[in-house]
Order: sequence, then C-alpha cells, then structure tokens
Amino acid sequence: MTEHKRLSSKTRILTLVVVFTQALGNFALAWGMKHLPPAFTFTPLSLLKVIFNPWIALGITLLILWMLSRMALLSWADLSYVLPVTAGGYILSALIGKWFLAEQISGTRWAGTLLIVAGIVLVGLTQHNTTKPVAVHQESAEPVEMLS
Amino acid sequence: MIPWLLVGVIMISTITGDLLQTAEMKRHGEVRFSNGRLRRSLGVLGRPFLLLTVFCMAVSFFAFLKLLTVADLSFAVPATAGTFVLETVLAKVFLKEQVDARRWAGACLVACGVALLAL
Repeated sequence: MTEHKRLSSKTRILTLVVVFTQALGNFALAWGMKHLPPAFTFTPLSLLKVIFNPWIALGITLLILWMLSRMALLSWADLSYVLPVTAGGYILSALIGKWFLAEQISGTRWAGTLLIVAGIVLVGLTQHNTTKPVAVHQESAEPVEMLS
Repeated sequence: MIPWLLVGVIMISTITGDLLQTAEMKRHGEVRFSNGRLRRSLGVLGRPFLLLTVFCMAVSFFAFLKLLTVADLSFAVPATAGTFVLETVLAKVFLKEQVDARRWAGACLVACGVALLAL
C-alpha cells in the first residue's frame, strides 16, 4: 500500500469515527437529560450525580473520544478539510433525533442536509493535506510522513 | 445586542481553539495507533496550545449555553455557522493551507446547510 493510500484510508476511517462519536455522544446526552427524574434540579450536587447516570456517562465518554479522534485527524489533515467533512455529524444527529427522539425533520431541514452532503462530497474530492511536511515526532525523533 | 455579543464570543473562541489545536497537532506530527506510539502521542495533551484549546472550547460551550437562554436555537445555530467559512479563511492565512475552489464551495455549502438545519 502506498503512503498516499494508507493516509487516505486512515483519513476516511477516522472521519467516520469523529462523525459517529459526536452524533452518538450528543444523542446519549440528550436521551439521558430527557429521562432524568422529574425532581431534578440544577444544583452542583445534582449535576455531580447526573454524571453517574449511565446515558450521561456514555455521552461524556463518546464526546471525549470525539475530541481525541478529531485531534488525531488534525495531526495530518488540513483544518479546512476536516471541518466540512466532519459536518456529517449534523446530519446523523438530525436522523437520530427523528428515529429515536421522534423529532420532526421539515423540508427546510432536508434541504440543509442536501447542502451539507454536497459540501462534504466537494471537499472530500480534495487532498486531505496541502501543507508541506512540518513536523517531526518529537518524542521519537521519527520523521513524519506527509503527502508531498 | 447581547445575543450578537455572545455570537462573537462563540465564534472567536471556536476559531481560536481550532487554529491552536491544528497548529499544535501539525507540530506533533501524524498520530500513529500502534500501542507504544499512541501512548507517546497522548503526551501532547499537556502542551500549552492544547490546554488553551480546551479553555477556548469551554468558553465557547458556556457562551453557547448562555446564548440559548436569551435566543432561540433557530437563531443560535445559523448565527454561528459562519465559523465554517471564517475558519477556512484563517486556515489559509495562518496555517498556509491551499484552499482551492472546491473547498471554498464546500465550506460555503456546509455553512448554509447547517444554517438551514436549525430553521
């Protein structure tokens, strides 16, 4: 496998991880918050207890994974590439909201979804890295392979 | 007036955080997922730029929550969707990324799409 193909595959896989962890993390948080006991109040102690609610804990874990995977993706891919292609999370969140939270998706929202898909496709056709190799892995002093 | 101030705070903190994060991760180099290398890569989390990134994300998050108390979601999301285009401009200027016509068009389409999703 060439270096270009290796990084392209890695970019695609990590993009999916970023999109799914964000959408599922937000869903878990929303589901957990909607199913809190009716007597819940926003005091510091109550908020601390909320963290141990399984759905909220799952949401927080997924969003930490989202942040770490996005950081890893940005270690070789351009910011101007990562931002649009990971916007698929908005679409996934809307679909999850429709399927599991019985939220309505209006015609305007479907139009927005189509625009996002078109944007993702356009940006997805570009190279994921357009900057020159700038970094050496400092801890291991190992040259970092980037696309030329 | 206050909603637009909050929109400004959200946009500035989001953009600053993303630029710092990208600059630091590019300086670190490609993260590899084999065991030893991944453990070494986690050491990057303590670097000043990334700590600032976390601070910026927290400011952005709490400003967004505050915005939702004074404005509707249908205002908050479209008003902050401009970060897609602004960050693309700043990535070109500060991170020296080569943004071609397809990327400009893609960033604009995504920004419009996100704005429409909130309506």
